[in-house]
Amino acid sequence: MTQSLAITKLSDLANPTRFLALAARVLPWMGTVTAVLFAIGLYLSFATEGDYQQGQTVRIMYVHVPAAWLSMMCYSVMALSAIGTLVWRHPLADVSHRAAAPLGAAFTLIALATGSLWGRPMWGTWWVWDARLTSVFVLFLMYLGLIALNRAMDDPSKAARVSAVLILVGFVNIPIIKFSVDWWNTLHQPASVIRLDGPTIDGEFLWPLLVMAIAFTLLFFTLHIAAMRNEIWRRRVAAQRRLAARAAGREA
Amino acid sequence: MVTALLFRDLKLSVRAGGGAMIGVLFFMTVVAVIPFGVGPDLNLLSRIGPAIVWIGALLSALLGLDRLFQTDREDGSLDLLLMQEHPLVLTVLIKCLAHWLGNGLPLVIASPLLGLFMNMNETAIGATMLTLLIGTPALTFIGAVGAAVAVALPRGGLLVSILVLPLAIPVLIFGVSASYAAVEDPAPFMPPFLILVAITMFFAVLGPLGAALALRNAND
Repeated sequence: MTQSLAITKLSDLANPTRFLALAARVLPWMGTVTAVLFAIGLYLSFATEGDYQQGQTVRIMYVHVPAAWLSMMCYSVMALSAIGTLVWRHPLADVSHRAAAPLGAAFTLIALATGSLWGRPMWGTWWVWDARLTSVFVLFLMYLGLIALNRAMDDPSKAARVSAVLILVGFVNIPIIKFSVDWWNTLHQPASVIRLDGPTIDGEFLWPLLVMAIAFTLLFFTLHIAAMRNEIWRRRVAAQRRLAARAAGREA
Repeated sequence: MVTALLFRDLKLSVRAGGGAMIGVLFFMTVVAVIPFGVGPDLNLLSRIGPAIVWIGALLSALLGLDRLFQTDREDGSLDLLLMQEHPLVLTVLIKCLAHWLGNGLPLVIASPLLGLFMNMNETAIGATMLTLLIGTPALTFIGAVGAAVAVALPRGGLLVSILVLPLAIPVLIFGVSASYAAVEDPAPFMPPFLILVAITMFFAVLGPLGAALALRNAND
């Protein structure tokens, strides 16, 4: 029964007006919580001690790790939306993966840039072509390709379906990124937070990292819902313009 | 049906206006330009040779991709292919094979000559040719998805390359590392080569599936 309730709720959202009403109610709250979490997270990141080996540069981790985690989660959200587009033809799913692509590209860019800044003092180089860095760079290129594809087509529903196929094919990259540090010998360190035998990272660093991770995740969802709302509005404006142009043509 | 489609596509790609030979010409031109860029140092050329030949092959494989479904769409035969009762995945697979025979295989055959230009020894030439033979079908299968996605766009050629290149990187990595492993002694040849075989087989399934899905969605 609960499952069917969830399905009804989800199909209710196929009506864009309902989604817009929900977004208007939820967005201020999400924005506030995100801001508070960022305030706590940033305070913790700067209040805790530096690493005995890495010194102050360890603080880059509090931005780098959440951004990298989000770059992958964003793609997973897009892949889920792509399934929603192709299987259930859910109109909101079209909007969802279209709106998520620029966000994903931005988070991936943040992860790459902070990683590069961190790599310079720690590894002595801005960039190495190891498996983790290369696969994240490929992810960045795929985001840009998807954005380009979406912009190249005028019909939004066709663009959504076609890019959904590409998103699903590109999903093979996500496990490669996740396990690249285990499969190959890389300069990048293996996972230290989410492990079967518990986190190997010290509590001193774990708490700010967790708060920042939650803050970044909320930030993503806030921006994603806002971007979806903007996309729906943009389509309405485009439709109204087309109607106006047709009416003007008739009058002349 | 299968053989008829295969021969039809092969004839179309080999005969005038098919553009199969243009791919080989582009391949040779790209590789021939490299010595002007890095200088005619034969030792250097023989060291980077396998990589250059692979990159040239990758670029020229991308070049012909937009023709995979575009010409069929222009003359309307794509609609017939979509409407027939045979599974579309099979049709796409056949079209990929025909495209590879027309565009990919000539690259493989031309590669020993370019290997000589790059001052590679016999083992390196043989290894590069073998890895190209195994790896270029994967490029066609991956490219089929990109070609199907961009089929409705008026000038999709450049976009296809942008969409396909990131997915083609693993093929390049393992193709080149297998070629190098054949020449340099301590590195074993088989592991990267077998991974390359696995990639080709994986995309032989995923590529036609994705391309068929995209074609159904792009064409209505």
